[in-house]
Amino acid sequence: MSPHPSLVHARGLTKRYPNGFTAVDGVDFDVRPGKAFGFLGPNGAGKTSTMRMIACSSPVTEGELSVIGMDPRTQAREIKARLGVVPQIDNLDTELTVRENLEMYARYFDIPGDVARRRTDELLEFVQLDERARDQVEPLSGGMKRRLTIARALINEPDLVILDEPTTGLDPQARHLLWERLYQLKRRGATLIITTHYMDEAEQLCDHLVVMDKAHIVAEGSPRQLIDEHSTREVLELRFPDGVRENLDGRLDGLADRIEELPDRLLLYTADGEHTLDQVKQRDIPIESALVRRSSLEDVFLRLTGRSLVE
Amino acid sequence: MTVLAASGRVWQRNWLVYRRLWGRSLAFGFLQPVLFLTAMGIGIGTLMTQQSLEAFGGVEYIDWLGPGLLAAMAMQTATFESTYPIMNKIMWGRNYEAMLSTPLGIRSILLGELGWSAFRIGSLAVVFLVVLWLFGIPRSPLALLAIPAAVLIGLAFSACLIAFTATQHNDVGFSAVFRFVINPLFLFSGTFFPLAQLPDGLQVVAWATPLFHGVQLVRGAILDQLDPGTAVLHAGYLVAMIVIGAVLAERNLTRRMAG
Repeated sequence: MSPHPSLVHARGLTKRYPNGFTAVDGVDFDVRPGKAFGFLGPNGAGKTSTMRMIACSSPVTEGELSVIGMDPRTQAREIKARLGVVPQIDNLDTELTVRENLEMYARYFDIPGDVARRRTDELLEFVQLDERARDQVEPLSGGMKRRLTIARALINEPDLVILDEPTTGLDPQARHLLWERLYQLKRRGATLIITTHYMDEAEQLCDHLVVMDKAHIVAEGSPRQLIDEHSTREVLELRFPDGVRENLDGRLDGLADRIEELPDRLLLYTADGEHTLDQVKQRDIPIESALVRRSSLEDVFLRLTGRSLVE
Repeated sequence: MTVLAASGRVWQRNWLVYRRLWGRSLAFGFLQPVLFLTAMGIGIGTLMTQQSLEAFGGVEYIDWLGPGLLAAMAMQTATFESTYPIMNKIMWGRNYEAMLSTPLGIRSILLGELGWSAFRIGSLAVVFLVVLWLFGIPRSPLALLAIPAAVLIGLAFSACLIAFTATQHNDVGFSAVFRFVINPLFLFSGTFFPLAQLPDGLQVVAWATPLFHGVQLVRGAILDQLDPGTAVLHAGYLVAMIVIGAVLAERNLTRRMAG
């Protein structure tokens, strides 16, 4: 077959570990050039195992996988030369300075010294670390380390950048700065693959998403499509005073398309949240608090799996 | 990029770190043998009678001890370099994970680390040899052969210990290795006293261990007592250990890093 128009093409992709655990069970997906492709799912859904197979750092057990038109089984080295990888846990070289981290990494790709120095300058500026170029890595904040890791992943001008949970563990300000940089990267035409268990991250960054749960893909589409398909436009969140919730006796029946019960509140899925709230009040149901919001990917996930993303 | 060129990059990374430390490292490498030779060679050696020196082949004790210490230094340096720093690169600092995201492969990493070990031990052996010369121990320029001999010892231990380290998930195993492998070898390999002093059974055991062969090679070179036939035998033992160690190290690192 001629090379696929997609950068990553997977059919029936499966990862089974020697202990018998199946982390990824026959998934199909295609990553198109110039797009940000997201794997959304809770911890243990199989996102990282999928990423590791794409990055050629974990062998494919079964199924078909091509990365940049090449086979990870036989062309791992050629594929890696054209990938940028941002791992879940930082693996910067703490014995080298910020600058040396990039220049040395460039040498691993066989990039000549002068080119490496020029790209290092550009990338440190891009991730706003040029002022820290001569510093050691260890005193950098978590957000700075992540940005340096991203700069490092770009040193070989990759065709595809793989980011495994890029903002896990960062404070909100650092996350936003990182998102902004990744958004810039996208605007330059880079293809990104991102795993995350944060729905806001997926909504912010991803053009196309697959939702993973228990080694399977349970839904696929753009964030908007997923919400439209699997949820209502709005959600009414209700909290009740003690004793009320146990004695509702079906008094909420017919008010919403679907009601999801969470330990601390009820979610009423409906096209018009305010209208539903009025109806609840008309029925004289005592409420402690009410919140009307747009449906999010969190709701999609809850719908598809019956569980929350972040538990 | 060939495997060799790629391993050069791994070597280069270690050099980049070492660049800031080499002065200190070589200064310690100088001081250590000076202290040992003064304390044991002169301090203990001068207590020995002419008769007891017969056991050392008729040379002064310090002359006999110095080369043994050089061989032991090669083993100890290689052991240290191939345990904690390798463990760090496997699991604490995750350097290998980062390297394996690039076109570098396991084999390049292993060769780079072995090359680094060879360089470190070679440079320390040069410093050690200078000290021995200051004490007037080497008999002829043939003593320079002690440098490649020390490198052989170092590589033999590095390869085997990298293979071991790749199977470990914490550093508990290292203290067992230091205590029950490295220390006994240090003491019973003909470093401080001739094996002939041991009971027959133990002599056979000592003969089968690697540092003994290293000590024989180094001492033979420095005291100009090298017999080509037995030298080849000793070197062959160490080369075999390097090959077996490297094969195991590559297998274990592959299992560890690419699951």
